[in-house]
Amino acid sequence: MAHAEGQQLAAHAEGKTLVAHVEGQQHPIGIYLKIWGLLFVLSAASYLVDYFHFQGYLRWFLIIVFMLLKAGLIVAVFMHMLWERLALMYAILVPPLLLLVLLGIGALEADYTFLTRGIFFMKGMF
Amino acid sequence: MTSAIPATTVEPVPLPEGMQGIVADWSSDQRAFKKVPWGKVMMWIFLVSDTFIFSAFLISYMNVRMSTTDPWPNPSEVFALTLFGKNIPLILIAIMTFILISSSGTMAMAVNFGYRKDRVKTFVLLLITAALGATFVGMQAFEWTKLIVEEGIRPWGNPLGAAQFGSAFFMITGFHGTHVTFGVIFLIIVAIKVMRGDLDRQTPGFLTGRKGNYEIVEIMGLYWHFVDLVWVFIFALFYLW
Repeated sequence: MAHAEGQQLAAHAEGKTLVAHVEGQQHPIGIYLKIWGLLFVLSAASYLVDYFHFQGYLRWFLIIVFMLLKAGLIVAVFMHMLWERLALMYAILVPPLLLLVLLGIGALEADYTFLTRGIFFMKGMF
Repeated sequence: MTSAIPATTVEPVPLPEGMQGIVADWSSDQRAFKKVPWGKVMMWIFLVSDTFIFSAFLISYMNVRMSTTDPWPNPSEVFALTLFGKNIPLILIAIMTFILISSSGTMAMAVNFGYRKDRVKTFVLLLITAALGATFVGMQAFEWTKLIVEEGIRPWGNPLGAAQFGSAFFMITGFHGTHVTFGVIFLIIVAIKVMRGDLDRQTPGFLTGRKGNYEIVEIMGLYWHFVDLVWVFIFALFYLW
């Protein structure tokens, strides 16, 4: 009897947590509008980088900064990552960091290919 | 028996926060991701795998662009349009970017009104989002047509320079455009479900048989924002490089 009661209690507790998460992510509309505006400004800024023909490291720096800011705002606010528990946040955001390794390997290999192509095409000239 | 248990006897134990929270969540029975409906977790995991696919495309694009000995066509000029007698660089892509960002905004609002159970507003916002998405795909079709027919760009070569330009461009934007297209289709499906009141009545879905719930609007939103997110990276790395 006590066992059955315990099970019912557990089921009841589970039911409570179910009810709790069905409420979902509720935030004031204002925050979405602000982030929306910010995304517009950042997009305009990254377009202006091209429009004003910034070149070299300045261009790269601005492009990457605006890109990461936009990506961060979308994930944090629009996708509600800001309000999730750390367990989910880390499970989703940490694995993509592995891609930095692929990025590094890709860049190294591209430099090597460029070098060997250079040598190969030079040979053809003589 | 059930009535013998007062509703107030069980108070949920507060979940620990911070690093302790991570350890507690991952080591707990039944479910590691607390306070998140599993449909949402599954969408997040799908999005992580999609992140890897798009990253593989973008990194291989970086690889071929860095290793080619031919000059890379200047995207600023390739994607310029003549508007009102003036040649404006990259304007088509800029407009597409603004359209996609706008659709992300309306999607976020739709999710918000969905949880408020405001059926009509959610429906209208979802339809606006779908319309903006369809506009985006339409502009992409225009862009592809212009590149293929007028500029003679092919996946295996083009008259402007490096042959890799075409293959990288069609692969990356094509895959993204496919994502947007499927997003538009599902946006319309979700919008119809909202308008019919399926989510209020908890009608089971035709595909999964799960009870209707406003969570699906948020899950749809996650996918849509992800499509926008990918465009942010494509815009920066393909068009602005």
